[in-house]
Amino acid sequence: MSIFDFFRKKEKKENLWTKCEECKNILLAQELETNFYVCPKCGHHHQMNPYLWANMILDYNYTVLFEYIKPTDFLSFKDTKKYKDRLKMLKESSNTSEAITIFDGKLSDYPIILSVMDFSFIGGSMGSVVGERFKLASLKAVQDRKPHISVITSGGARMQESVISLMQMAKTSIAVDIMHKNSVPFITVLTNPTTGGVSASFAFLGDIIIAEPKAIIGFAGARVIEQTIKQQLPEDFQTSEFLLKKGMIDMVVHRHLMKQTLKNILSLLFYKNA
Amino acid sequence: MTIKDIQELKTKIDQLKILYKQGKTDVEKELRAFQRELKQISKEFCKNLSPWDRVSIARHNERPQTLDYIKALFKDFVELHGDRCYGDDPAIISGFAKFYNKSVCVIGHQKGRDTKDKIYRNFGMAHPEGYRKAQRIMKLAEKFQIPIITFVDTAGAYPGIGAEERGQAQAIATSIELMGSLKTHIITVIIGEGGSGGALALAVADRILMLENAWYSVISPEGCAAILYKDQSKVQEATKSLKITAQDLYELGVIDCIIPEPYCGAHLSHRLTFLNVKFFLRKALNEILQYNIEEIVRKRQERYLNIGFYEDA
Ligand SMILES: [Zn+2]
Repeated sequence: MSIFDFFRKKEKKENLWTKCEECKNILLAQELETNFYVCPKCGHHHQMNPYLWANMILDYNYTVLFEYIKPTDFLSFKDTKKYKDRLKMLKESSNTSEAITIFDGKLSDYPIILSVMDFSFIGGSMGSVVGERFKLASLKAVQDRKPHISVITSGGARMQESVISLMQMAKTSIAVDIMHKNSVPFITVLTNPTTGGVSASFAFLGDIIIAEPKAIIGFAGARVIEQTIKQQLPEDFQTSEFLLKKGMIDMVVHRHLMKQTLKNILSLLFYKNA
Repeated sequence: MTIKDIQELKTKIDQLKILYKQGKTDVEKELRAFQRELKQISKEFCKNLSPWDRVSIARHNERPQTLDYIKALFKDFVELHGDRCYGDDPAIISGFAKFYNKSVCVIGHQKGRDTKDKIYRNFGMAHPEGYRKAQRIMKLAEKFQIPIITFVDTAGAYPGIGAEERGQAQAIATSIELMGSLKTHIITVIIGEGGSGGALALAVADRILMLENAWYSVISPEGCAAILYKDQSKVQEATKSLKITAQDLYELGVIDCIIPEPYCGAHLSHRLTFLNVKFFLRKALNEILQYNIEEIVRKRQERYLNIGFYEDA
């Protein structure tokens, strides 16, 4: 997918008005977009497309990597729909070619690898392509000696790829381990929602873990927990703020301050003399 | 023919065996006939087992569990407790023992058998402290260059408030990362249920063995039916689609070896199951011990870094 394709597809379904998911206020779509999908009324952080993340975080000239790694229905998996048909439909309608997009660029002049997940692509689920692209991105970060920043959102492993999707947890965790052993910074930015197999692999293996405000982050889904323990869950359960209090993440950062925060961290940890 | 019929026939044989041993040699003919019948029907039955049948066998209450294997296969077991942070999780057993006179580290999920024990063990569904205990013991094994054998038998990591508060996702992630780079030899045996991340957290290994009727999957059949099919009654169909049997996983290259179960169900003869597991475990251990630490870690990482099916044209 080229940037051109992205904007062409985007234009096709552009609406003038949109509604905040949280406060339900009617907003100008344009206004929401220029605000990086943070509701100007209530501050709710909506999901944001990987290309917009790249535009927000990276300097002007970046490249997209590993787009040639594409999904395939190797098990002929069928639930209410065939996996093959789901993939075909997404190929026509989605702005991204899979649930993760890899960018090679600079953040305020600091070279980085940026990987961004897309919840609108089968719930940001991790299958073979997410695993492979994440691995290649991490190995490139090691080879080029530049930090890997990963903006994450995912419902978990991609069930349509069965046990092979489970194995991607091992694949991505080992890729992170290679970065760790080579002292290449790996910073994760957890956005709403980050759960299941992705949270239980590379998301929680960041040297530094940042979360966006009020994102839902955890291993098991709230409904599953409720059904298991048959109790009501605490109000702020599995939110970024809850995790910060429990010592599970380093900080909660507003999207508008994300680039500046990342820049600070990169300068303190890695680009020390710049 | 059902699992129950096989079980009944097996019970009859066991009773006749006792009589025979007591000196009633006239039952011999009958005993032999029953044994022939059992062999025949279990062979037939095995061929026609559906993936869902296997899930039921994997969950059978009398199926051998980690502690049973520890007692039967190892000597001088010393159990070690606690994660040194928060607590001790009885859903995971860990320690050191002798296997053919050599030291090994043994770690596994323990489900428990009677109600009281099951509750104590939380049905083999571990909390973060269980995975952190496992990691602590694995690091000890690495330090003293001792091979690790893990037994996987869990419906999944426990979904609860405390588990989330104490970082279930982080505990599983760090366990997977640690096993992926641990500088010692690792074998995993999937003995019953291999439920998702909670199983994988003890299953990143140089050789993965799996009992014939065990299952290993990204999600339980029930979970898949509920989420993807949006219909609990579709559980058998979901089980089939998920490709979770030992045969499926062998064909996908996720496991290395299928350990046969006696009479098509490990619960029908613990003794024969232990013999089989011991045999295949020893074989696998000898195979991987041929590689030095650097080689084995490199091979392990290559294996996992290469798992996946995608187009790359
Ligand atoms: Zn709002």
